[in-house]
Amino acid sequence: MKKVITGDHAVAIGAKLCRVEVVPAYPITPQTLIIEHISDFVYDGELDARFLTMESEHSVMSAAAAAEAAGARVFTATSSQGLAFMHEMLYATAPLRLPVVMVNASRTLGGPPGIWCEYNDSMGARDSGWLQVYVEDNQEALDMVIQSYRIAEDKRVLLPVMPCIDGFVLTHTVEPVEVPEQRDVDSFLPAYDPDIVLDPARPAMIGTFMPAEYIMEMRRQTVEAFESAKKVIKEITALFARSFGRDYGGLIDTYHMEDAEIALVTMGTVTSTARQVVDELRQEGKKAGLVKLRFFRPFPSEELREVLSGIKAVGVADRSISYHDGGPAFNEIRSSLYGMNIPVIDHLAGIGGRDVTEGQIRKMFEITQRAAEGEKVKIINWHNTRGETV
Amino acid sequence: MKIRDLPDDDLFTAGHTACPGCGVAMSIRNAIRILGKDTAVYVPSSCAAVFGTSFPYGAWKVPFFHTAFENTGACLTGMQAAFEMKGKRVTAVGFAGDGGTYDIGLQSMSGAAERNDDVIYICLDNEAYMNTGIQRSGGTPFGAWTTTTPVGKRIQGNRSFKKNLGDIVIAHEIPYYATLSIGHPLDFIKKVEKAKDIKGFRFLHMFTPCIPGWKMDPAKTVEVTRLAVESGMWTLYEVENGEKRITYKPGKMKRVKDYLIIQGRFRHMNEDDIKKLQMWVCRKWNLHYKEKGTPEICEIELPEEHHAVTEEHREMHGP
Repeated sequence: MKKVITGDHAVAIGAKLCRVEVVPAYPITPQTLIIEHISDFVYDGELDARFLTMESEHSVMSAAAAAEAAGARVFTATSSQGLAFMHEMLYATAPLRLPVVMVNASRTLGGPPGIWCEYNDSMGARDSGWLQVYVEDNQEALDMVIQSYRIAEDKRVLLPVMPCIDGFVLTHTVEPVEVPEQRDVDSFLPAYDPDIVLDPARPAMIGTFMPAEYIMEMRRQTVEAFESAKKVIKEITALFARSFGRDYGGLIDTYHMEDAEIALVTMGTVTSTARQVVDELRQEGKKAGLVKLRFFRPFPSEELREVLSGIKAVGVADRSISYHDGGPAFNEIRSSLYGMNIPVIDHLAGIGGRDVTEGQIRKMFEITQRAAEGEKVKIINWHNTRGETV
Repeated sequence: MKIRDLPDDDLFTAGHTACPGCGVAMSIRNAIRILGKDTAVYVPSSCAAVFGTSFPYGAWKVPFFHTAFENTGACLTGMQAAFEMKGKRVTAVGFAGDGGTYDIGLQSMSGAAERNDDVIYICLDNEAYMNTGIQRSGGTPFGAWTTTTPVGKRIQGNRSFKKNLGDIVIAHEIPYYATLSIGHPLDFIKKVEKAKDIKGFRFLHMFTPCIPGWKMDPAKTVEVTRLAVESGMWTLYEVENGEKRITYKPGKMKRVKDYLIIQGRFRHMNEDDIKKLQMWVCRKWNLHYKEKGTPEICEIELPEEHHAVTEEHREMHGP
């Protein structure tokens, strides 16, 4: 059934279709509509779940971890300061292998305060052990909630997943979304059946004090789960495509990359605008291509090396800043392409929620093209910024 | 349940690494014996999280969960919600310290209490951050030495009085709050049993001596809890649906000095500071038992404030 709904509403419907059992929640703009819709579902009897109105995001993730450890399928959502506030607990859920799914409504973080789209909130959690996927539209937001549970709860993975959805650009914008049938989701997503839970019939201790003699092996196991996740994500993407007819490509998606000479790597909603620009450049006879970086964790290094091999220059559109040498996406990509002798150019744009326009994306391609032609261009470029800009 | 009826097969077993005479270990062992095997525990960061579980060893025979320091209330809420959704009859019980309850975990405890979540919250109150090496908490009594309230040349010991956590918890209008001491085992058993059978948020506040933190003889754990109660430093009562009931009243009030003298943490206290603490205890006694404390103990003049900090304050800000 097709519905014209906001991204937040799509996410809430996705959670409902996954028959989530415990939802600890705390409001924060622009995530709030998600938990409001879920409370409606629970209060109207459409979803059989315990909706817990917690007193902080730290408590949200604490309750989420505990409920997951006790064997329930858990969903929650947060954003920005909320994600920062629960930061400590992100580091409990992942190494304890508790496959919580939490949507993050991407929003600028810290001082000075703002509420608009940026990835600095979730980028701070990139080494917490959570898988992260950045979505492009409301349909993908809904679909990724469903796929996230399938990936998270896979016994080869057992890690929490954080789908990131652009604040306001998606959370508060209505789009037509194909809502899957409950029976189709039920057959795609089996009930959560963990091997180890808090059960008096088979008492287990989860989160014991861990001396130095054992902790490194545990860390390595988490790394191995990240490696397995790469394989599982590809399998689940294919299975989802077969079941629902929508193929998201896996860890990355590509557009016109077959014969591309220069490429731009984008994340989230900027991808849609960039597609438009690629179409225009192609009409002008320029061999431009697009890579949509979907999963940031696990990071698709091999996939990027493969798809970008033979390319003359790569631009990276970064919607966050790491205060060291450009943005996080740029740094990760440059490391992944190490030794391939491809110029990698960073394009900082859209930070703090500033619009990223077609004109800016054309400029990104233009600078990347000059680098491809051997010109020594600036590596880190601030687009549409007062003062020194491109 | 009588003492002889307590099951012998411990659910918190021997082999844990707590200090000899540890009030926390004794309280946990006995509480969990009464609560029984259909219990799942959450232990936040504390001595108990370390001495009960150090991989690959563990002393718990009931499910155990630990993640962080400040979230006992929230974790109990989450566990209980999952058990309810799964149709399991399991009681979620938290064992948090005074730091984890009075201070860093207060918000999380308050959330679970205010929602009246169906869990048992146990505060093991040893009056300082013992796990990190005896630092002052909101539960530290006046005068006590800790590593962050040292006996200095200008300032000696903790300068503020123990936070009244009981009234804060009770203000949430929860079905059951009780104070307990392992020096009073019959009272202890009754209260844990009662808490077990009540629905909603239950709070058991246990007074748990710490041998290294209180600088005391490990053989005197029980004696010190008794002296605490006899002097009025700790009082035994319960509040059930708003009705307060004193469960044990000392026959004759003992001087606070009798309690202080067997603990090294108070050894440095001068007569004026002891007087101040005695006055605080007398006020508490009066409010609690609705009668004045023994006249020869309580009818004393409060010493004039002459503390170095105050002197300095006067110099800076005028009289």
